[in-house]
Amino acid sequence: MPQSKISTEKLNLYYGAKHALKDITIRIRSNMVTALIGPSGCGKSTFLKSLNRMNELTDGARTEGKVYLDGEDIYGSGMDVTRLRKRVGMVFQQPNPFPMTIYDNIAYGPKVHGVRNKEKLDGIVERSLRQAAIWEEVENQLNRTAMGLSGGQKQRLCIARALAVEPEVLLMDEPTSALDPVSTLKVEELIGQLKGKYTIVIVTHNMQQAARVSDDTAFFLMGEMVEFDTTARLFVHPADRRTQEYITGKFG
Amino acid sequence: MMRKLKDDVLLCLIYLAAFFAEFLLIGILVYVFVKGFPHISLHFLTTVTSVLEGTVGIAGNIVNTIYMVVLTLVIAVPVGIGSAIYLNEYARPGKIVRLIEFTTQTLSGIPSIIFGLFGMVFFGVTLGLGYSILTGALTLSLMVLPLITRNTQEALKTVPESYTSGAIGMGAGKWYVIRTILLPSAMPGIVTGIILAVGRILGESAALLFTAGSGYFLPRSLGGWFHKMVESGGTLTIQLYLSMEKAQYDTAFAIAVVLLGMVLGMNLLTRFFIRKIETAKFTDAGGE
Amino acid sequence: MFSLCAFTAVAAVFSITLYMIANGVPAIWQVGWKEILFSSVWQPVARDASFGILYVILTSVVGTFLAVLLGVPIGLFTAVFLAEAAPAWLAAVIRPAVELLAGIPSVIYGVLGMMILNPWMYCLEQMLFADSLTHQFTGGANLLSAVIVLAVMILPTVISISEAALRAVPPELKASSLALGASSVETIFRVTIPAARSGILTAVVLGVGRAVGEAMAISLVSGNSVNLPLPFCSVRFLTTAIVSEMGYAGGLHRQVLFTIGLVLFVFIMVINGILSGILKGERQG
Repeated sequence: MPQSKISTEKLNLYYGAKHALKDITIRIRSNMVTALIGPSGCGKSTFLKSLNRMNELTDGARTEGKVYLDGEDIYGSGMDVTRLRKRVGMVFQQPNPFPMTIYDNIAYGPKVHGVRNKEKLDGIVERSLRQAAIWEEVENQLNRTAMGLSGGQKQRLCIARALAVEPEVLLMDEPTSALDPVSTLKVEELIGQLKGKYTIVIVTHNMQQAARVSDDTAFFLMGEMVEFDTTARLFVHPADRRTQEYITGKFG
Repeated sequence: MMRKLKDDVLLCLIYLAAFFAEFLLIGILVYVFVKGFPHISLHFLTTVTSVLEGTVGIAGNIVNTIYMVVLTLVIAVPVGIGSAIYLNEYARPGKIVRLIEFTTQTLSGIPSIIFGLFGMVFFGVTLGLGYSILTGALTLSLMVLPLITRNTQEALKTVPESYTSGAIGMGAGKWYVIRTILLPSAMPGIVTGIILAVGRILGESAALLFTAGSGYFLPRSLGGWFHKMVESGGTLTIQLYLSMEKAQYDTAFAIAVVLLGMVLGMNLLTRFFIRKIETAKFTDAGGE
Repeated sequence: MFSLCAFTAVAAVFSITLYMIANGVPAIWQVGWKEILFSSVWQPVARDASFGILYVILTSVVGTFLAVLLGVPIGLFTAVFLAEAAPAWLAAVIRPAVELLAGIPSVIYGVLGMMILNPWMYCLEQMLFADSLTHQFTGGANLLSAVIVLAVMILPTVISISEAALRAVPPELKASSLALGASSVETIFRVTIPAARSGILTAVVLGVGRAVGEAMAISLVSGNSVNLPLPFCSVRFLTTAIVSEMGYAGGLHRQVLFTIGLVLFVFIMVINGILSGILKGERQG
């Protein structure tokens, strides 16, 4: 296997007494798209959040096991969580721009991480919006509020916002489930353009989407990772009967 | 690590502010109780101040306060509830409703000293009521009206649509439905509004100084109890202010303890009723 | 029948407005508006009476401004503490305490200011002006005392409304900020507070309204002589002018007091206007 960007070893996660993730061991390939699929409540979103420690915001969450980013344990004592999240960005299910101008939304992350120079910020804003394929639509309204954009535009803005801090990994939690089909297509195209430069992990409940955009796919069921393989193989020759039943629509 | 330092400084400020605010409250309560409690006695609560005997008592002020609360509520509660019923159940949304809601909001923003001036010239002079408890109560009615209207409106809004449509579907008249279904269901909210109003009346001083005056005697005959309404009468809060101006600090603190006790009681009552509203809502949700 | 009840509020606001104008305007004609509003000499009972309320207006403006400057940051930070930083049990203790603070009659604040604050102020005054020949000693009843009392009085309003506004900020916004690598404090100051700004603004405006209109508490601590609003001067506010003189004023003097009431009323109406502007803006989103 080529070099892995993120890997986990026997990752277990508990919400109070609930055992939400069980012994997850996975190697996520660098600069590839990895899709996490499974029925709702299977732990795929929880797993995603444990990769940038956003799970810690939930009361009573407890993690055991190891998560390595470029070989470094992200739960180790030497890891600064704000630096970690700068390297591992996240896009959420609901497009949720800050109630500020488009420009300020993008500049927010860089400013937090200490970029003050106006020209440099201008450059970052333009580059990020171009990367998120939304520059042409908003270049004349950078100083207007982001709340006026359409749902699809908002989501691409949020992707641009995540890209602005120059992450290495991009976590996407069902990024198109709140969008219409046309916007969904645009975001999927965007994912295709971004891979190669970023390592992308995407949670989706839409199996066609997983098949369209990803290189590898992991199937989660009741907190366990049932199967992990290249997308091509997992969808055509699933090794596990439960995987087969899920992708052929027997449940979920 | 400038960032970390800045974070810590701000966090420190947040904690400092919170503890300052908290310390303030506890300090106020403790200070007032320590200063005032020793001066409270049965004699203090049940007699009126007598210059001849050189004793101090607030019985007259307590009676005045009760008159003031009851009279104000008798005037303001029906009007406030009626107004809320009109706004929520009868009026069609439009200019008139907006005007009424705007003026209600304005009314709640007018400071009490302005109410005092208005009450003095309108009820006192124009209507010829002079300095009297009635003048004061009429003035305060205007002041607490928004409280009652708004709380009743909120309470009426929480009554599920299905209750009323069910009753109307059975052929009940609108007024009948309001009387038998809407008002009883909205009762905890209405009571909350009333308790808040009582709290406001208890604490009010600026609006009463020039309307109700400062009399502190108890009526001597049966007729006097009725006549009292049109006589001058100072509430506890007014007496507190006057004692302070005359540098009778012991009396002032003793009255302050009595007032704080009442306010505390009112707050507990309000919490009780608000909790009741919330449980009611919760049961509704569970039933569906 | 019910509509009659509903129109009570309308009638009340209209008649209050009408009465304030009817009683406040005659003195303006009689004395002259320049004389009333822009003269600083207030000698209502002198033989050659003078009715300038400039200092009184200035005191109210400056006093309110300083009180808000002092009270709003403390209130806002406390609200942040309650909404974002405090453990649930502590917030559950503090919140009712803040409500209680709101319910305490304003006179009691005045009493406390007079008994606790004024002596401190007097000490401070004696230290600061020990060598001054021109300073008029106030015994601690000065603008600063009034400002502190007002600041404390607007705290509960600012705290409870700001806290509600902060709590209404969607958690996803905070999550996005954290996911970008912002610390929780940075998130509070750069995302949560800006997102709650219209609610916080409402809190500030209501606080201003309460401070401008407060009469009894500050009449006990501010010293009550007409002076330029300097921290250690005994001062008179619009409200305290009415409280302290209405009892004995007659004739033109009394009418001028109504003019002061009218000025106060205009201030409050402007504040109300701003408030409903904010609320409308919020509704339109």
